Amino acid sequence: MSKKDHSIPAVELIDEQTTFTLVELCRSCAVEAEVIEAMIEQGILEPIGRRGPHWCFPSSSLRRTRVTLHLQQDLGVNLAGAALALDLLEHIEELNARVRAMGGHRK
Amino acid sequence: MEYKDYYEIMGVKRDATQDEIKRAYRKLARKYHPDVSKETDAEARFKEVGEAYEVLKDPEKRAAYDQLGAQWQAGQDFRPPPDWDAGFEFSGGGYTGGGADHSAFFEELFGRGFAQQGATGGRRTFHMRGEDHHAKVLVDLEDSFSGATRSISLRVPEVTEDGHVTTRDRTLNVSIPKGIRPGQQIRLAGQGGPGFGGAEAGDLFLEVEFRDNPLYRVDGADIYLDLPVAPWEATLGANIKVPTPSGAVDLKIPANSNQGRKLRLKGRGLSGKKSGDMYVVLQVSLPPADSDAARQLYEQMQDQLGFNPRAAMEVA
Repeated sequence: MSKKDHSIPAVELIDEQTTFTLVELCRSCAVEAEVIEAMIEQGILEPIGRRGPHWCFPSSSLRRTRVTLHLQQDLGVNLAGAALALDLLEHIEELNARVRAMGGHRK
Repeated sequence: MEYKDYYEIMGVKRDATQDEIKRAYRKLARKYHPDVSKETDAEARFKEVGEAYEVLKDPEKRAAYDQLGAQWQAGQDFRPPPDWDAGFEFSGGGYTGGGADHSAFFEELFGRGFAQQGATGGRRTFHMRGEDHHAKVLVDLEDSFSGATRSISLRVPEVTEDGHVTTRDRTLNVSIPKGIRPGQQIRLAGQGGPGFGGAEAGDLFLEVEFRDNPLYRVDGADIYLDLPVAPWEATLGANIKVPTPSGAVDLKIPANSNQGRKLRLKGRGLSGKKSGDMYVVLQVSLPPADSDAARQLYEQMQDQLGFNPRAAMEVA
């Protein structure tokens, strides 16, 4: 079954300035707040401000949370392992970006 | 329907022990995990390996699969023999949960997913509001400059009335905001999963990736362009027309520029609250000495310039 949707829904750009509340982050990743708190404990997520409803999560938190959940579910990695993998992945991403900018490995 | 050789997919022998299968799976899962792997077909391979493991890790399913016989070749047209599963009892009505995204081969043998068994781990949600969905969208660099509307196709899992999970193709027009950068996300409110009991729908999050561009490279908000120049343009200086994603501009090459020199076009990168810059990287291109006149010119330079590019290497 295929449904064509011709209307153009409104989009919101999530950039470096965008932040999420705890509720938004939980909802978006379909997890309970305890899961997010455990990730904060490991340093995977670094919210700004005081603990509680005024916590602000930087926009990168969405991706970090989702990747952590995937690594846990799919590879059986624990939180500390996921934290390490995330840091290494980001490092690789940075290096790749630098290589790309230098034009060293163009396809 | 194509026969799938689960042993071949896992890279194990048909008489592999359950431990060997588990080890092979863990290794392949790490290798092809879509969040980790940079291989282009990682996601497809990851699913394939997951499906193979789902069958081989379960002694009941493995025995039933083995019973089909070893004479089948991967990709061969396959029909299960009648009553092939007689005598086997699969826990959970022939299906043990997981995603709904199995091959036709798997579904023919082991049945289709049932939604009430839920997804694995934390993906289950009891919130009344619809689930947020996540996907990726590929755009061109030019789209970020001028804004664009992209039509994207999504495969949306849907629960039918009798509880089965099916996927539905959905086409959605998405306006790409100006100044979008690779890795940024856009949120489409209310375009995620439907809510339950009249609650609002979830949101759709799209992670933006850029298609490779033949001219430009993007790093954050900055854009890089390799610009071929003739040796005399680099050494004597020149005014050159340079392409930028927003149209050609005149660029002054300062005299005595060398190979690899970076010239900045301020504010000509991706736009945004803090616009990026464009960097033009000079690539000196040498004319071949393929005529007498050209050879003479090079010989003249050799005689008269006294140029030693290896002067710093202290070799004679």
